[in-house]
Amino acid sequence: MSRLKSRFAALKAQNRKALVPYITAGDPQPDVTVGLMHALVRGGADVIELGVPFSDPMADGPTIQLACERALKHGTGLWQILDMVAEFRRTDADTPVVLMGYLNPLETRGVEAFAKKAQASGVDGVLLVDLAVEEADGYLPTLRAHGLDCIFLLAPTSPDDRIAAIAREASGYLYYVSLKGVTGTATLDVASVAAALARIRRHTDLPLAVGFGIRDAASARAIGALADGVVVGSALVAEIERLQLQPQALPGILQEKLASLRAALDSLAPDAAQR
Amino acid sequence: MSYDYPDKKGHFGPYGGQFVAETLMEPLRQLEAAYLRLKDDPAFIAEFDRDLADYVGRPSPLYHAERLTRNWGGAEIWLKREDLNHTGAHKVNNTIGQALLAKHLGKTRIIAETGAGQHGVASATIAARLGLKCVVYMGAEDVQRQSPNVYRMKLLGAEVRPVHSGTKTLKDAMNEALRDWVTNVDDTFYVIGTVAGPHPYPMLVRDFQSVIGREVIEQSARKFGTQPDALLACVGGGSNAIGLFYPFIGYDKVAMYGVEAGGKGVETPDHAAPLTAGKPGILHGNRTYIMADENGQILGTHSISAGLDYPGVGPEHSWLKDSGRVSYVSATDDEALAAFHELTRLEGIIPALESSHAIAYAKKLAPKLGAGKRIVVNLSGRGDKDIFTIAKLEGISLT
Repeated sequence: MSRLKSRFAALKAQNRKALVPYITAGDPQPDVTVGLMHALVRGGADVIELGVPFSDPMADGPTIQLACERALKHGTGLWQILDMVAEFRRTDADTPVVLMGYLNPLETRGVEAFAKKAQASGVDGVLLVDLAVEEADGYLPTLRAHGLDCIFLLAPTSPDDRIAAIAREASGYLYYVSLKGVTGTATLDVASVAAALARIRRHTDLPLAVGFGIRDAASARAIGALADGVVVGSALVAEIERLQLQPQALPGILQEKLASLRAALDSLAPDAAQR
Repeated sequence: MSYDYPDKKGHFGPYGGQFVAETLMEPLRQLEAAYLRLKDDPAFIAEFDRDLADYVGRPSPLYHAERLTRNWGGAEIWLKREDLNHTGAHKVNNTIGQALLAKHLGKTRIIAETGAGQHGVASATIAARLGLKCVVYMGAEDVQRQSPNVYRMKLLGAEVRPVHSGTKTLKDAMNEALRDWVTNVDDTFYVIGTVAGPHPYPMLVRDFQSVIGREVIEQSARKFGTQPDALLACVGGGSNAIGLFYPFIGYDKVAMYGVEAGGKGVETPDHAAPLTAGKPGILHGNRTYIMADENGQILGTHSISAGLDYPGVGPEHSWLKDSGRVSYVSATDDEALAAFHELTRLEGIIPALESSHAIAYAKKLAPKLGAGKRIVVNLSGRGDKDIFTIAKLEGISLT
């Protein structure tokens, strides 16, 4: 069983919600990333989404655009990021790591070379923002053959036939984008998320994580009540931006921020078994 | 030869396709369905043709540049005068088509990206005429070097939003326009200015621009009783080139040359010639030749011409390159600048810096082809917008 599958199964058995933090690899500098990943786990992360920086992040708002720019200023590249995951794995064999980013860095290195190296480094899944399911034929078999789960986005604009097609190809979990917009947008419409998740549920048993617009305990709690997991990205990256010149302070701050979200999620089921 | 591209999924061989975030997939499907329904609808075609005739002023002339021909020696130079279109470039052919689509889809707001500002002006123009709200994204650097067009857009009622991210040029403007579209997808139509972006844009922009080549076929037959020996057009994203080339693809005896921006030389890092010096990758929703580093990060480009300063190219050009049907070459900044002056002084026509790249290559090709042959160069835009750039380069103060 893949790490993602067993992690979500365990959470379900405990009646707990997955907390999925996102940070951009190499932000604000490459040598802090592995330490931040461990800090996220200490703060209560169940799955880590590790962003692969891209020069043209067309689905991201200003916060993650700047994170990409900071990481790229240090030349953070795909192979280097896989080395970070391998280093993380040396002391954490359990927390699933999903690489999130755009297709071109992977395409440039070659999907076969990437998949092989990613598997060896301990990567569990891949979420490629600009890989639509219609174009996925050239990628999925290779990724799957190397034990990588393929996580896909679903959006408020996705009609039922697309949801069904995507659910057939996806594994690990599905990532529902809570709103029409880019990452880091502040408005969250809980009622519409509830309706969308109900619609998606009719097509799949995969865990449903929700991202975009979750930035604090209140929004995490509201979404946690509906979904199997919540993804928090820009709110964490904004902390990294704020403290970019004091990287030594970052692990503590991120752990603390995540712990507050963890507490909010766990308050949804006060009797749930602890890990 | 038979040529039937793109396929149903929007592919030109291995190129093209739809590489965008999920939120945009359904809007793209709706756009494609609407376009496929309307493109053969006689009422839609009549409306488009009427606008091209009465609003744009088509057909644009095919002009024999006799002094240029004499001066260069060799093949006759004929200029397809897209610079005489309303708004001064070929861009308006496409914005009229897309604005009609927007109207049919019930959208009330259009957005556009622009490099040189020609597509922004053409979008603002059609928005003014149809009473649509218009927002144009433009790299902050391009806002500086194309200030006359920025003012023109504002006069037309458009909002120009300078883009400060990345390299602050056309590619970043396109990123920002895509972000706007994803956010305002319910009421907004994204008018892409070139034959790039996700399917169906490369197809529909090509179709709207193909009026250029269709007219050249008809005009050539009338003016010199046969078809040209060679076609030349500059290639940034490649919409004026596709517009000229596409109707000629089946004419095997007509050679075609796309001229990329060689900047300071394609052997240096300072150029914008992905077909000449790049390799296939994925950018802005399609697979095509791009300029990227070994980590897949998109490289900054350089060209004297803002409209060619783009690290990608329309996917159909990638396919026409690989299939060998079109030859892709380049002209440097200096060659384009020299051609700009030569055309201005010999023919009394001030060309856009973009189009000057095609003129520059015509100068090399004409003697090679020799007398008795004919070259049609797409003069895709007029150069009024560039006079400040050129004055500055040459150390002349206009204030």
